[in-house]
Amino acid sequence: MAELIRNLPQTAEQEKVAGPWKEAWRSFRKSKSAVAGAGIVIFFILVAIIGPMLAPQGINEQNLAIRLLPPSSEYWFGTDDLGRDVLSRILHGARLSLTVGISAVILSAFFGSLLGIIAGYYGRWIDTIISRVFDIMLAFPSILLAIAVVSILGPSLRNALIAIAIINIPNFGRLIRSRVLAIKEEEYIHAAKAIGMKNSRILWRHILPNSMTPIIVQGTLAIATAIIEAAALGFLGLGAEAPQPEWGKMLADARMFLLNAPWAMIFPGVAIMLTVIGFNLMGDGLRDALDPKMKN
Amino acid sequence: MSNLLLKVENLKKYFPIHKGTFGTKSGDVKAVDDVSFDVYEGETLGIVGESGCGKSTTGRAILRLHEPTDGKVTFDGMELTSLSKGQMRKARRNIQMVFQDPYASLNPRHTIEKILEEPLIVHGIGKAKERKQLVYDYLEIVGLSPYHAKRYPHQFSGGQRQRIGIARALMTNPKLIIADEPVSALDVSIQAQVLNLMQKLQNDLNLTYIFIAHDLGVVRHISDRVGVMYLGRMVELADSESLYETPLHPYTQALLSAVPIPDPTYQREQILLAGDIPSPRNPPQGCTFHTRCPFAMDVCKVVTPSFKEVKNGHSVACHLHNEVQQ
Repeated sequence: MAELIRNLPQTAEQEKVAGPWKEAWRSFRKSKSAVAGAGIVIFFILVAIIGPMLAPQGINEQNLAIRLLPPSSEYWFGTDDLGRDVLSRILHGARLSLTVGISAVILSAFFGSLLGIIAGYYGRWIDTIISRVFDIMLAFPSILLAIAVVSILGPSLRNALIAIAIINIPNFGRLIRSRVLAIKEEEYIHAAKAIGMKNSRILWRHILPNSMTPIIVQGTLAIATAIIEAAALGFLGLGAEAPQPEWGKMLADARMFLLNAPWAMIFPGVAIMLTVIGFNLMGDGLRDALDPKMKN
Repeated sequence: MSNLLLKVENLKKYFPIHKGTFGTKSGDVKAVDDVSFDVYEGETLGIVGESGCGKSTTGRAILRLHEPTDGKVTFDGMELTSLSKGQMRKARRNIQMVFQDPYASLNPRHTIEKILEEPLIVHGIGKAKERKQLVYDYLEIVGLSPYHAKRYPHQFSGGQRQRIGIARALMTNPKLIIADEPVSALDVSIQAQVLNLMQKLQNDLNLTYIFIAHDLGVVRHISDRVGVMYLGRMVELADSESLYETPLHPYTQALLSAVPIPDPTYQREQILLAGDIPSPRNPPQGCTFHTRCPFAMDVCKVVTPSFKEVKNGHSVACHLHNEVQQ
């Protein structure tokens, strides 16, 4: 009988082995909104890569004779107050916005995870210090904190990126810390210790890989927020500088002409909105796919 | 009797309780309080007790997964409790552990091959090729097949996972295996398979087990000697036969009378204990069992009974029996 039971599964399942990532991909594909989000994200990434080559006009060629023209077959998205083609500027701006969004998130995810892991795994006073600093940072409205950072560093796109990275650190840090705290008590971590593993090996090979999924999800969602924050800083004049075709900056420049030339403001706004929706939908889809416990 | 492999002397593990804003220490949970026992090569020592009595903590304190508060653990002539962290890590090669929950004790992101190979890598055993071969060998030893190696834990049943957990414990060729409720999470039919596997492995590989469980039937089946724990203390320790036939401690008697007997016509006297287990944070004075003991005497409330051998190889911590001796 024992032999029989033991041999049963061998004949029953010979199918190929699917790892956790493959299964996540399978369930990600099932969600229409997630796929749509991923589609939008991929579209904008492509725009960021090849957009400047597609741009029908130069971005900084001013021609006051054609200022504030409505959308037409020649200028699809119209022109702005200095006679620059809005479409071309949006295509160029995609690269700026995505670079700022993605690199700010990578920076904050890296430093946030590092601090979170240290706080969660080593605990005690080091945890107290890191957690309290996070609490203090989270006590400020994030955009206010970003403005403060930019004011210290001086307004530029690079400094806006740094500011956004800094204000997002506590989000990642707390997320990873709580995750590490939970995983630290899992039995397979005790098992790893019982085997005789070093702390560093346990941390990097067992705790970290199992803490990655919320980082991926949070990272995707944070890119959306970071793009908005970059645009907000640009709008306030604290991010991109004058001729740069950053979307938030474009909004700010066009707001004086909102009534007689709304296209100069609508199209950059739509670009921001679509990118953000894309990242949000993709992030939600990733969360459902990577964390089956969240599903109901 | 065969060689002494593990000697546990006055092992204590207190968990501090922190309270308030500043985390001031307000007391201890005495999870393991002054436990001593010996384990001999090739035997199986069962440790039983109800949940919360400290039996799992005892197992983990031996391996220093929970750092013992006090006491001495000597394994194969080496004092584990005085080793440095690094030395202790190396010593774990010879003492391995099988965990209770086969669903939680395997890293869900690693394949079986990776899980089983890791102990070898950590202890620097063999080259990549030899390690692979060892993984396949041990998979077969525990009744699985080499092609299972590429799979992930979630693709196995509970019984299969526990076999993997056992294989992992065997990889470094240890002398002692501490099995912490290894079959409690399994179906009864699978329990028997896993127990039989463990017994077979013990014979083939000359293993020594400390088998922690709350199921008295399972413990009797597998153990040569059995220790009974109550509220962090060892109250009785004897060879299986004599413990199950002539239990001396009133707590053991009560425990054994609660074991169901698969015979509807069988009439027996069941000893019902009054009250709940006292909190290990604030255990009763004297004998910790006196609050529930049907034979409690005045002395039990004041004096903690010492753990003494009253018959050949049968030790008990109870004033009822110490008196007879004196």
